[in-house]
Amino acid sequence: MTDATNGTILSATGVTKSFGGLVAVENVSFEIPRGGIVSIIGPNGAGKTTFFNMLTGLYKPTLGRLEFDGRNITGGRPDRIMALGMARTFQNIRLFATMSALENVMVGQHSRMSGGLFGSILRTPKVRKEEKRVIEKAHEELRYVGLRDELHEQMSVNLSYGDQRRLEIARALGSDPKLLLLDEPTAGMNPQESKSLTDFMRRLRDERGITILLIEHDMQVIMEVSERITVLDHGTKIAEGEPREIREDRRVIEAYLGKQGEEGS
Amino acid sequence: MTTTPTEPTAPPTKAEVAVERNRALVAVAAGIAILVFAIGLLGMDTIMALILGVLVAIRILFPHDRRVTIGVIVATIAWAIWLPYMHDEGGEFMNIATLILAYSVMALGLNIIVGYAGLLDLGYVAFFALGALTAGWFMSDFFNNAGGEGVHFLVADPTQNLIGMHFNFLIVVLIAVVVCTIAGMVIGLPTLRLRGDYIAIVTLAFGEIIGRIMINGDQIHFGDTPLIGGGLESIFGEGAVLSGGREGIGPIDKIWLFAGDPFEALNLRPWYLVALGMVLIVLFVNYRLRDSRLGRAWIALREDEVAAASMGVPLVKTKLLAYGTGAAFGGAAGVFLASLLSVVNADQFQFFFSIFILAMVILGGLGSIEGVLVGAAVLVFINFKFIPDLNDKPREWFNLDLDLSELSSAIYGFLLVIMMVLRPQGLIPERRRKLELVEHVGAGDTVGVGGTDTDTLYEARA
Repeated sequence: MTDATNGTILSATGVTKSFGGLVAVENVSFEIPRGGIVSIIGPNGAGKTTFFNMLTGLYKPTLGRLEFDGRNITGGRPDRIMALGMARTFQNIRLFATMSALENVMVGQHSRMSGGLFGSILRTPKVRKEEKRVIEKAHEELRYVGLRDELHEQMSVNLSYGDQRRLEIARALGSDPKLLLLDEPTAGMNPQESKSLTDFMRRLRDERGITILLIEHDMQVIMEVSERITVLDHGTKIAEGEPREIREDRRVIEAYLGKQGEEGS
Repeated sequence: MTTTPTEPTAPPTKAEVAVERNRALVAVAAGIAILVFAIGLLGMDTIMALILGVLVAIRILFPHDRRVTIGVIVATIAWAIWLPYMHDEGGEFMNIATLILAYSVMALGLNIIVGYAGLLDLGYVAFFALGALTAGWFMSDFFNNAGGEGVHFLVADPTQNLIGMHFNFLIVVLIAVVVCTIAGMVIGLPTLRLRGDYIAIVTLAFGEIIGRIMINGDQIHFGDTPLIGGGLESIFGEGAVLSGGREGIGPIDKIWLFAGDPFEALNLRPWYLVALGMVLIVLFVNYRLRDSRLGRAWIALREDEVAAASMGVPLVKTKLLAYGTGAAFGGAAGVFLASLLSVVNADQFQFFFSIFILAMVILGGLGSIEGVLVGAAVLVFINFKFIPDLNDKPREWFNLDLDLSELSSAIYGFLLVIMMVLRPQGLIPERRRKLELVEHVGAGDTVGVGGTDTDTLYEARA
């Protein structure tokens, strides 16, 4: 048994993922401190989302070990990992389009419910109570992310872009995660909306003690909100540190802007 | 003058306004459609048809009023129980009505698999076959050496003296439900890693496999089974085989429920009432499951498998529960139909049957419970009355030597094409499907920007 320390909620050791001959993520080791707000950045195609998908169980790492909250989750099933307390949002919003906002958050609580086939058919008092609790909780989460009450019964596809982003976070919060993974949450948002989202992330951490891992393109958001940044490029980790250090790291600047004096190609 | 502050409500969409305005019109139209269909085509009693038309119109006029809904449901059940006593007990109407109910059970079962969970199953006939075979085993003299004088369990007096295995209908239904649930899950297993069209191909193959086994089962001797062969023969009797092959198994025992009217070929009332009871149970289960944790998980799965898994929905368990539940109803209906038709014949278990049931679900509206009932009514009418009635017409009118019943597949195909063009969402669409098909919201449609789609890369994991 490795140490389920208070310090680290998630650790990745030498994680590699290759698709056929293409190595998307190579030998990345990485740790998230409990209660932190941590970011992964990198140019397009650096392997950020692939890394995310390995953490959440959508991909099985080719090599390496993933540990969450003191448990080995390497190659675990997505729903099991979710049940352990890791929830995520998607880069391109993936809501259940024809379900209402409320129902979306109720699905998010699936792993926190126990009603089975026969319980649902007979609608036992226990199931009834559970349904009620889940509906109330769904309303709470929707209010928490700032979705107005009258929108709760709307089909998610009819919501505005910003509200859909909010709803996706509410759906992830439904399971009371310990670690929340946000995949480019500010994509398509204006600076004002981005700002309110970064405030919201801090609130999540401070009020509910949720650790946040962020993939982001918007440097302003990253630098403002992150306590620690990991930089990926071509699937490997090229830098890690506080925002101030990253901003000045030569390799990071090269990865984003190209080597000095190397014009054209 | 004071104005009360109005609460801000979401503005109704254009479609909603139109629906509200047209509701009365729709109610009247539906009522008339029912009258025409029930009286003119099915030959239902005029008063009964009128009552049904009014009930449906009331339901359409007050879709959100809980008390009206409950009233209509109670009245409709009372109407359905009363219905057989207004018609000739052995007449054509009773025959069609009983078949409509039996096929509704099948269609509602398939609706769980295809409509709720979105798993396109083209091999549903497998569960009809297994249910019917269970009836053949346990409700006939098929195992004529079983237990010497036969094995009897809670059956009517005359049946007590017959050789073979004779169990009570309810027990056989229970066995069929268990068998089909397991079979449904086994058939579901290889499809777990597949999606969409590929699932359809695999289930289609399974339907065919079961059909083939039924045809060739008369060559499969239980006694030849390694290790347990002797044990099986001591249970089912010497020389027991798997199925009746092309000759079929028959006669199947009539249902016997301890009391009440005898179940006879010429008195369909008790048959009708048993089928009605089955439909009510299946309806209850369908409604309950739709608004449950499991029902939501099915819809989530149908919308976006990756997102559903990431939100904690266990894919394997959820899919297998859909297959198992749907299969169970197919099996129960299979036992009923076997007893009603009094024969289990391998030729019944054709691919066409799967399409027939699937067409009911699609015609009515995928996922829509009321729609599936309507779909079953319409297609049973077409298959068992309309086409047979028309059969002599080509010869009569055009002096053509043409057997229309051989063209029934073509007629369904034509109907489905028309349906897909004019009303892809089905006769009574489910609210979500309507959105997908009419307003072109793709399942799992993403409104997000850019980015790679993980869909193509997702390693579906069983």
